[in-house]
Amino acid sequence: MAQGPGLSLRIDSLALGPGVPLFRELRLEVAPGQVLALLGPSGVGKTTLLRILSGAERRWQGEVQVGGKAAALAPMPGYVFQDARLLPWLTAADNLRAVAPDLTDARIAELLGEVGLAGQERVWPHALSGGMQRRLALARALSVNPGLLLLDEPFVSLDRAMVRDLQALFLKVFQAGNPTVVIVTHDPEDAARIADRVVVLRGRPAQISDDVTLPGRPGQRSAADIARLAADLSATDAPAQVTA
Amino acid sequence: MNETRNTSAGSVPSGWTGVNQPKGAPAAPSQSTRPAGGAQWLELASLPLLLLIWQIAAWILQSRFLPGPVVVAAEIWDLAWDGPLFDDFGKTLLRAMIGFAVAMGIGTAIGIALGRTVWADRLFAPWVVVGLNIPAIVVGIICYISLGLSDFALILAVVINKIPLVATMMREGVRALSADYDELAATFRMPRARYLRLVLVPQLMPYLLAAARAGLSLVWKMVLVFEVLGSDGGVGFRVGLYFQLFDMKGILSYTCCFVAVIMALEYGVLRPIEGRLLQWRKDRA
Repeated sequence: MAQGPGLSLRIDSLALGPGVPLFRELRLEVAPGQVLALLGPSGVGKTTLLRILSGAERRWQGEVQVGGKAAALAPMPGYVFQDARLLPWLTAADNLRAVAPDLTDARIAELLGEVGLAGQERVWPHALSGGMQRRLALARALSVNPGLLLLDEPFVSLDRAMVRDLQALFLKVFQAGNPTVVIVTHDPEDAARIADRVVVLRGRPAQISDDVTLPGRPGQRSAADIARLAADLSATDAPAQVTA
Repeated sequence: MNETRNTSAGSVPSGWTGVNQPKGAPAAPSQSTRPAGGAQWLELASLPLLLLIWQIAAWILQSRFLPGPVVVAAEIWDLAWDGPLFDDFGKTLLRAMIGFAVAMGIGTAIGIALGRTVWADRLFAPWVVVGLNIPAIVVGIICYISLGLSDFALILAVVINKIPLVATMMREGVRALSADYDELAATFRMPRARYLRLVLVPQLMPYLLAAARAGLSLVWKMVLVFEVLGSDGGVGFRVGLYFQLFDMKGILSYTCCFVAVIMALEYGVLRPIEGRLLQWRKDRA
């Protein structure tokens, strides 16, 4: 996998209903291959921002460029939803084929092996634990060979041991493929563990209240570094304030 | 790492709540619970037990109005080789199948339209309620009066009667479609055909099968009633004749054959199809 593309996002306005718009005049740049964590309180628009980057959200004005191209013309991003969102009537292998029909059996086996699900091709999603479903969702995202990986709260509702496993897997994938990653999380410690940079969204319309490039490389930070960074990020991640 | 929760038929409950699935994913409108393991012999013993009770009742009553199953079986043999049994069943089957297929097609299309279009649902939902509540016999009589005692009128009456039921069930299926899966399809830029095949149709399939099963039983009964009302042959026509002759042996012969055909359809066609299409849910139950 080649290094991921740079991202350039400009949201002029996005209103999902009457009242104060969710976004107004928001700009965000992400460097190629960077792992950006989006932090912020619930309802601030983190997931909506991911939907805009993926092209699934259409009710907005502005421009998003992926690798210098309009998002719609750029290669498909890989997306991991908060709820895994596997198709329960398809086996693990067919869930990958659903988004990438040209996958060979060998490539499917390789992808499942990469996420720790070797030999699970014919398993139904409901037979997998929550953590394994997230792994399968990651394999599905990787199956489109994405330069841009969008992860929406991938650790929510998992116990800490599973979260650690999954974070190690994500770090391995990030280091192996060097994709550009935008990850939404509510946990500063998760961000401190796997991100290069953290952007905190706050207010209504949402604005970037903090933009922090983290020292050191993800995966190589010590536990003490992570704890200190998480504490610093927690201090910046204050409750939402409606400004208009 | 060993996180596999259930890799074969096992303990995970059916339904959608146990796994991280989107809201609104299809529920199981008609999924029956099957006896597991050793309890299956109860299902196998059920019909022989019914026949035994029938035979005992016939011995006790000794009435010409309740011939036993052995007598009825002999009558069926005679009707099959020297009588109109096959001809009658052929006519009834053809009428039922045509009515069923047409009603399923039109009813499904209407149900999807009502489920997807709010204004159409508001405008036409009362029509569906009216359709559900008009007695089937009235529709049959109106069709016969308007179009004459023809196969076309009979099948049209069946179709008109069945469409509201199919439309209602499919509308519920469409209403239960998950917006989350639509978002998944949009995010991964699925082409329309793949979206229909892999996302939309599988969500509607439980409702389609439930509508087919409910509709088929309804169609059989309506065809028979309309054949009694006026036709040139068929199971209902023949049963009507036996009724006029008070021939209980003939009535029960046709009834038994009718039940046998329905059971053959249920176990030979519907259940295998359902088993294949809903295999993922059966493995989960």
